[in-house]
Formats: sequence, structure tokens, C-alpha cells
Amino acid sequence: MRDCYERCAALVVSLGLVLALLLAGALAANAESYEEALAKFAADSYNETDAAVAAVAASGNPLAAQVIEALQDGRLLFSAGDKKIYMRKPPAGLLDAATGQPVSGAEPAGLSPVRVNNRVRRAIDAALGSLTLLSADPVKRLEAAKAVFKSKDASVLATLDTAINKEGEARIKKALEEARAAILAGKRDAREADRLAAIAILRDRGDQDARSVLAGVPSDQPANIQKALADAITTIDDRLALWSVAQNFWYGISLGSVLLLAAIGLAITFGVMGVINMAHGEMVMLGAYTTFVVQELIRTMVPGLFDYSLAIAIPLAFLVAALVGMAIERGVIRFLYGRPLETLLATWGISLILQQAVRTSFGPTNREVGAPNFMSGAFELGGLTITWNRLWIIVFAGIIFAGLLAVLRYTELGLQMRAVTQNRRMASSMAINTGKIDAFTFALGSGIAGLAGVALSQIDNVSPNLGQSYIIDSFLVVVFGGVGNLWGTLVGAMSLGVANKFLEPYAGAVLGKIVLLVVVILFIQKRPRGLFALKGRAVEA
Amino acid sequence: MEVRAILFAIASALTRAIAFAVFGCWTSASRKSVLPVFKELNNILFYPVQYEGEESERNVFYTGAAPNQQAIPAVDYLAKDEKVQRWVLAGTDYVYPRTTNKILEAYLKSKGVKPEDIMINYTPFGHSDWQTIVADIKKFGSAGKKTAVVSTINGDANVPFYKELGNQGISAKDIPVVAFSVGEEELAGIDTKPLIGHLAAWNYFQSIKDPKNDEFIKKWKAFTKNDKRVTNDPMEAHVIGFDMWVKAVEKVKSTDPDKVIDALPGIEAPNLTGGISKMLPNHHITKPVLIGEIKGDGQFDVVWKTSGLVPGDAWSKELDGSKDLIGDWVDKKCGNYNTKTSKCGS
Repeated sequence: MRDCYERCAALVVSLGLVLALLLAGALAANAESYEEALAKFAADSYNETDAAVAAVAASGNPLAAQVIEALQDGRLLFSAGDKKIYMRKPPAGLLDAATGQPVSGAEPAGLSPVRVNNRVRRAIDAALGSLTLLSADPVKRLEAAKAVFKSKDASVLATLDTAINKEGEARIKKALEEARAAILAGKRDAREADRLAAIAILRDRGDQDARSVLAGVPSDQPANIQKALADAITTIDDRLALWSVAQNFWYGISLGSVLLLAAIGLAITFGVMGVINMAHGEMVMLGAYTTFVVQELIRTMVPGLFDYSLAIAIPLAFLVAALVGMAIERGVIRFLYGRPLETLLATWGISLILQQAVRTSFGPTNREVGAPNFMSGAFELGGLTITWNRLWIIVFAGIIFAGLLAVLRYTELGLQMRAVTQNRRMASSMAINTGKIDAFTFALGSGIAGLAGVALSQIDNVSPNLGQSYIIDSFLVVVFGGVGNLWGTLVGAMSLGVANKFLEPYAGAVLGKIVLLVVVILFIQKRPRGLFALKGRAVEA
Repeated sequence: MEVRAILFAIASALTRAIAFAVFGCWTSASRKSVLPVFKELNNILFYPVQYEGEESERNVFYTGAAPNQQAIPAVDYLAKDEKVQRWVLAGTDYVYPRTTNKILEAYLKSKGVKPEDIMINYTPFGHSDWQTIVADIKKFGSAGKKTAVVSTINGDANVPFYKELGNQGISAKDIPVVAFSVGEEELAGIDTKPLIGHLAAWNYFQSIKDPKNDEFIKKWKAFTKNDKRVTNDPMEAHVIGFDMWVKAVEKVKSTDPDKVIDALPGIEAPNLTGGISKMLPNHHITKPVLIGEIKGDGQFDVVWKTSGLVPGDAWSKELDGSKDLIGDWVDKKCGNYNTKTSKCGS
């Protein structure tokens, strides 16, 4: 026994020594391999680049993070001739990637950027994640934690533990712990207690990413783990199912606000004035194109103002659409009051003319309208993903609605407008210039359609057909809500939006739309004047 | 209404014997509408757009991709290189996406993909509110398996679709979208920075480095007097088709459609990606298949290509109804020859 003890101890010690030597050797080999790894970038092959990213990250060379960041930004260059790798340093300058020293003299000829594809991009994220876990910059640490959560790279576990112990910010610490949990949940050789704790952390995170990690663990785990995994997935699913109701409601409000924007101008021209204006969609389109022109001008002349481009476009779009609307009213529609069929045909003709005019001057293809920074991306609210552009569009629709109500109620113009639409002859005998009021009312409705165009340019195509896709929906909303009633338009738009979004998951987008149309037709049969019918003398007028 | 106008214009042009051949049509619906006219007046149509297959007509030459020259190689690429195991087949609700998705579904199932790992979704033309569907895709992708979207979404609906993807933060690194109807021209209307890495499968990209392609791009920009105009796959198909027609006419020294139709199979013409395409007896051509990733400037970076040229199948080998059919206008003089029963006409 004792014999063995000594011998075994000797064996263990020597084994340990060998291991240590091997490890040191491996480290040395790694350190050497930085240049070898770097050389792989020059092969111009995704497989080699993929391997090079991992090897550079593992090399421990202080330049590793810099090189991989350069690769990510497309600043890593290779020369096909001598297979050397360079980093471009913004704004100007070239570094030798092997040494980190600036290249002196003229720039070597024939440099081309190292190309990346999705696989390489994932490798870059994973590598940067492991390299920047201990970065001094909290933003980078948070990003690193998220990258590790996705890559689930078990080799960074030790670094991760150090990072968790050092971390002072609660938010980042949580992200780091979740990243650790994502690794441990699927790690077969981890302790069972650790894995169960990891699964609990993921369950508490409770979003789709966490579910994805849990569901991705292969199903041949020990019974305990298997059960914990299944329970956690069920818990997350239950939570998400609850949130999905809220999600549908939010989507419905968002769709409703788009419908409201498209329809509210029509609620004035059709609802209040009674003009069947088929060119209404084109006013929306003109608003969108105004936004495009404004952005183009800003891009070429004052790029710094880009984030304000929409704010600048709003009054201009209103003016452009209002002027065109006024021209249409004075030029055509005023001769056709009381003849709905002819108005319909004439305005339809105008809509075709406007479309073709835009097609001729701007071309038939879609135009690019950029999103300012504050309208890009999304944020999480509980289990909801809320995109900024939709949120702002809802706010915008609300402001326009309130503004329009205020104009109609509290301004001189609004008062005269209501007077003319309620009793034209009486208004006329009260010295109201009814022709002028007609023109202004139509201009107001058109201008508001132009405002809608500014908002829609953020979510839809800016093409000559933009208006056509909204004209049917707009009429539907106004008729459903009740002609001549702005509140009816609001309720109509919101209920159609929400109903659509609750139907869509079950019936699909195509069938959902059909079902809704049938329901509205049946409803109109029952209540021909819509949800909020006007009462009193105006009805007969 | 538009179709009738096209019909009228084409019919009158043909009867006046001005047109020796027509290069045109966009979407299968328009091709199927003009087909009776071409048959009746016995003339030639070159159709340049990728389509769903399941057709081989004597008067039509299909220079766009058949499903086996676009959809199936794209799915193979995703399964092999991106290790995709879960599939969303999203399309606009009309014949091309429905047939293509039917073929893809059969193909995926034959490769051992389980039905619960395939999600199929259709939307109306010009669909603009993608919130629900993008959220569904995200949910479908959270099952722990690598997920990809195969998109046959048509035309204008693509812009709001990609915008919503970008805004909801679905990046190509997580859930790549491979599209069959999105090329350089479609991307010209979008800010492509959030779309970097999403894919498209075509037989041509403007970014291909080839002397013939460089020359064509230069000529196109000079012709449109616009340095920013882009080229795309159907344009290349017409370049090849026209070249083939000229060669066939030179061969038989006549523009008589009957003679040209018989002369076309076997004619070879260089494509713009460095290969030589050949007209096959089924009136489809051989093409390389390329997979490109969207770049920040609206162009594509080719990440994969077939080693050689792929011959177009008129009839899909994946569908029960058509796997025994071939089109052969040389020996059999038949567009739907059944190799099992050795009879013409399914």
C-alpha cells in the first residue's frame, strides 16, 4: 500500500510536470502561431478566414482584438502578392498586422479587403466576445457578454468567472451570468447542481433567446437535467403566450395608427365634404416623395442635419400636398359638386396623372428614404419587442388627430368649415365665402394625407404606387367609422387594426383580410351609416 | 387590363410580321396570358425571369432559372454551409411561390426534415405590415435549431419586410433570409446596411468580375446615361437569349420562326459570368448557380457557386405529378413526354 502511495505520488508529480510542460509548450506554440494564423487571412477563402479568426483570438497576442475588429469593419487588407496582412487605420494610415507598426513609405500595391460571410461574422462575434470580456469599457463588456451568450464557447468559462467576480455594474453582471448559464446548461461535464442553477437563470430570463438555448440542448441528458429543461421551456412558453396577446394588441394599435394616418385626410374630404376623392392616395405618395427630396437635399448639402430630415419634411409635405389638393379642388372638383359619379371618375383620372407624373420625373423604381437614428431598432418591454419607428408613428398619428380636432373646434377656419358643411346656404348668407372654405377644407384634408406620407415613407416603399395600396383601406375605415365623424375614423381604424392582427396568427394574412372585409360589409348592411352615424339636419343636407 | 393591352400590342405586331421574336414578359401570369397568341401565330417568346417550372412550350424559350437552378441549390447551400435545420418558406400568394414552395417542401422532406421544422406562410401582393409574421419567424427560430427563411416574396412587399427584419433585430448571423426575387434593382430602394449578410440565389450578379460583364455594365450605364443604374439577373438572361437567337438565325440563314425554333436547341452562347450557356431540347438553358450575400452598397458578394453549369429542368423531379415528365422538342417533339408510359401528354 505504502509502496504504491510513494510510487503513485511520484507518478502523479511527474505526470503533472509533463502536463505543465505540454501546456507551456502549447502556449508557446500558440504565441508563435499568431503569425501563422494571420497568414491564413491571405488565402481569400472563407474556411481559412474562419479558422484564422479563432486562431488569432487564441494566440493571446495583444494585437488580436485589434485585428479582429479591423476584419469586422472591413479594414483588414491582404496583398495577394507577398501574402502580408495590413490594417487600415482610420482616417488614414496603414499598420502591419503582424507587428502593429505603421507601414512606412508608399502603400503596397494590390491590397484588397479580407472578405467575410455569415459564418465568419459569427466567428468574429464569438472571438471578440471572449477577448473583450475584461475590457475597461462597459459597453464592450455588455456586448461581449451577449456574444458569449450566443456562441456558448466553453473555453471562455474561466475568463467569464473572473469577469463576473470583477463586475461592478448589476446589468452587465446579469448578462455575464446569463452567458455563463448558457454555456453550463448544455455542458455535459459540468456539475449537476451548476447546470440546474444555470437552467433556472435561463428560465428566469424567460425570453425567446433563452428558450432557444434551452431547446438547443441535445435530448440525451440525465433525467434530472432533462426534466429541469422541459419544465423551464414550459414556463417560458406560458409566459410568452401571455405576452403574445399583448404583442398582438400592440401590433393592432400600430396597424390602426397607420390606417388612421392614411384615412384621416379622407375623413375630411370624403367624410366632411362628401367628395369621393380617388386621388387621396396620391396625396400620401406626394408627401412621401417630398420626404425623399428633402433627404436627398440634406444628404448632399448638410449631412449633419439628417436626423432632423423628417421634422423638416413634415411642414413641406403638408404644404406640397395641400397646394396640389387646392389646385385639384379649384381646377376640377368645384365644377362637379353634387355629381358623385363624375367626381369619382375625374379624381381617378387625376390620380393616374399624378402617378405617371411622379413616375416620369423620379423613375419607376423605389426610392430610398432613410430612417433617422431615433427611429431605428427596437427595445424590449417585458416580453414585448417594440420597434421605434412604429412607436413614433403611433405618437405622430395621435398628434395629427388631436391637432385636427383642435383646428375644427377652436379656429375660425374650423368654425366656418363646420358651418359650410352643415348648411351651405345659411353659411353663405352669414357672409362666409363658401368657395374659399371649400378650397381650404380640401387643402387641409390633402395636406394631412401628405403628412401621412412622411410617416409611411418610414415603413413602406416610396414608389409611384404607394398611394394605391392605401386608398381602399382608407375608404373602408371612413365608411366603417361613420362618415363625417373624426372620432368614428379613430375608432374604426383602431378596431380594424386590432381585429386584423388578432385574426392574422390564426387565419393567415390573406384569409384574415378577406374575413375582415366580409365582416365590414355585413356590418354596413346592418348600419349603413357606420359606427358613429351623424344625427340631425346634416344628414339630409 | 394591362395584360389585355400587352396582348393586343403583341398580336398586332406579330400579324404585321414586324416581330421575328419577342423578348419579354414579367411574372408567369403574363407569360401564360400571351402564350395562346404565340401558339396561334406561331412565333417565338424568350422569357427571362426565374419561374416555377412545370412548363415546356414549343414557342417559348426559358432563359431564366428553373427551380433546380435556383431554389434547390440555395437550400442545399444553407443546409450544408449554414447547418440550417428549420425552414420558413415565406411567399407572396400566387403561382410562383406556391409551386416553388411545394417543390421545396417535397425536397426538404425527402432530405429528412420533419414537417414540424417547416413553416409555410403566404401574404397578399404588396403586403406592408410584417410585424406579426416577422415575430412569428423569430418565435419559430427559438426552438434551438438553426433557422433560415426562404423567401419568394414578390416585388414591393420586400422593402417593408426587410425593414421590419432590420428593426426587430433579426440579423443574418442568426436567421438568414435567402430570396429568389430580390436582386440589385430591388435593393436600390433600400438602405442595405441592416441587411448585410442576407442572401439571394441567382445565376448572375453585377459584382461578378468578368470582362464580358464589365463591358455590359459599361454599355448599360452609357445607354441609361445614369452611372448609378444597376444590372440584374433577368437582364443577363436576355443578353444570352438574344445572342442565341442571333446565332440560330445565322445558322439557318432565315428568321422564319419554325426554322429558328428547330435550330435553337444545341446553340451555345457565352453568359456574363465566364461560362458558356447552352439551349437544351426542353427549351431551358444551362446556367451556373450563385449564392450572394447582400453588401452595404446594395451589391452582392458571391459566397458560393456551383462547380459547373446546371441544366434547367422543365419538370420538377421532386413532385409526384411531374417527376416522370421531360420536355424534348428535338427527338420527341413534345413538351410533356412521360418517360414511364412513353407517351406524349402526361
